[in-house]
Amino acid sequence: MKRALLTTACILAATAASAGEDSTLSIEGEDYITQTAAPEHMEYVDTIYSGWTFRTDETQALQMDDFDNPAFVFLDQAIDQWDTVEGSEGKSCSSCHEDVADFAGLKTSLPRVENGELVTLTNLVNECVTERMGSKEWKYSGAKMSGMTALIAHQSRGMTMNVKIDGDAAPFWEQGKELYYQRVGQLDMACSNCHEDNYGNMIRADHLSQGQINGFPLYRLKNAKINTTHGRFKGCMSNIRAVPFKEGGPEFKALELYIASRGQGLSVETPAVRN
Amino acid sequence: MKLKGAIAFATATVAFTGFAAFAETKPMDVSFEDGMVAVSLTGQAGDPVEGRKVFMNRKLGNCLACHQNADMMEQPFHGEVGPALDGVGDRWEEADLRGIVSNAKNMFPDSIMPAFYIDSGYERPLEKFDGKSILSAQQVEDVVAYLLTLKE
Ligand code: HEC
Ligand code: HEC
Ligand code: HEC
Repeated sequence: MKRALLTTACILAATAASAGEDSTLSIEGEDYITQTAAPEHMEYVDTIYSGWTFRTDETQALQMDDFDNPAFVFLDQAIDQWDTVEGSEGKSCSSCHEDVADFAGLKTSLPRVENGELVTLTNLVNECVTERMGSKEWKYSGAKMSGMTALIAHQSRGMTMNVKIDGDAAPFWEQGKELYYQRVGQLDMACSNCHEDNYGNMIRADHLSQGQINGFPLYRLKNAKINTTHGRFKGCMSNIRAVPFKEGGPEFKALELYIASRGQGLSVETPAVRN
Repeated sequence: MKLKGAIAFATATVAFTGFAAFAETKPMDVSFEDGMVAVSLTGQAGDPVEGRKVFMNRKLGNCLACHQNADMMEQPFHGEVGPALDGVGDRWEEADLRGIVSNAKNMFPDSIMPAFYIDSGYERPLEKFDGKSILSAQQVEDVVAYLLTLKE
């Protein structure tokens, strides 16, 4: 009964399009920045919005209460993983890292350049898994990795995105920007065609957002699991009938840096909830 | 120049063998003039009933993804990316509509609207779509026939 009601409400809300650009995201009494002036480097957009802004009232509500937010089941699993010994060194994350809360602030500055290479949170975790624990690399967007990266990114919830785009990051940022505006696939579209030129518009049943990543990794109702940025990029590319780049590959990492920079000033929302 | 020659050849074929054997124009050979395509791609009249199905089918035209259409109110979700297509049969001639559906970028440069009748020039297409047009020549004709029924 409750379910049927919810479905009808969803359809109505979707038809009415905007769930409210003036609504405020507040979780556990703390307010989040879901819209703010676009960073200077963005030429065609004045205001940036979190993807939360474009979701229906029901989906928005799920993110406003940690008890209702289905992502926390996966974060709990990651907390167990944190204490799980694996690999030849007989260590768990907690053998060396006192508290996962020590990673507060990390997500706001990722991806970043280290020794001339662009590294993501996933790369940092895998470095510990392989080199410090002597274990097999975790799959880039696999369940273990998406749960652990969500748990670590969650420690930055409420802090503002602030990635470095100049200096040694500049060439990666430029590459990401180029990819953002490059048309691909049989449908011949660029990320910008939907997420810059048409945010706020309905594309069939979907209310287009700016394609921001401040809420990632996040929970999707569609597949009932934690979804990673690269997983989402891959989905959008397949939808326009293009061969997606490799998850964890140089193209998606550069795109992640560029898109993160389009969200400078938005609050980290991990774990967000989307349809 | 090359394109014009191809059409002249197609026309000659028609004249020579009669209408029954009209050669279907391949995507590469479609001749655009000011964004319009004057000659039918198949020589067969389009079927508006089929065209309506192609219009709403998510795997074919999926036109409803971007366009509202009052003739399809039974369908729940109408997109807002492009203009509503109500009355489009009054606003445009058949040749314009054939041009817009075949390759809208000739009429509207930099459009988000996909070209439905090209089969090359794609960047990183998924293998199963490589070398293929989104719609067949007859499906384009059917959609055009359907659009011509949308009068206010
Ligand atoms: C053998 C000790 C050890 C183990 C086990 C270990 N780490 Fe690390 N980890 C380190 C060291 C050392 C660093 C580098 C710290 C630095 O550069 O300041 C690090 C860095 C990191 C960073 C980057 C932090 C930053 O601010 O750049 C993350 C994230 C991380 N570890 C997560 C994990 C996770 C998750 C696990 C378990 C799967 C784990 N680590 C297991 C020792 C370990
Ligand atoms: C045909 C339109 C279209 C194109 C082109 C497109 N996307 Fe999307 N994308 C969507 C839709 C629809 C959604 C789900 C609703 C929303 O958040 O916009 C989405 C969602 C997203 C999200 C999740 C946003 C959130 O807050 O949950 C990201 C990130 C994203 N897209 C990135 C990309 C990237 C990167 C590209 C280019 C490689 C791209 N998209 C190309 C349609 C598109
Ligand atoms: C991804 C979005 C998208 C899809 C899918 C799409 N269109 Fe369009 N269409 C547009 C946009 C945007 C315009 C406005 C022209 C421009 O790009 O500035 C347009 C313009 C048109 C026009 C001219 C309308 C007028 O009143 O001037 C026609 C006719 C048209 N489209 C028909 C179709 C048909 C038929 C299909 C399906 C076979 C289709 N479109 C699919 C986005 C789309």
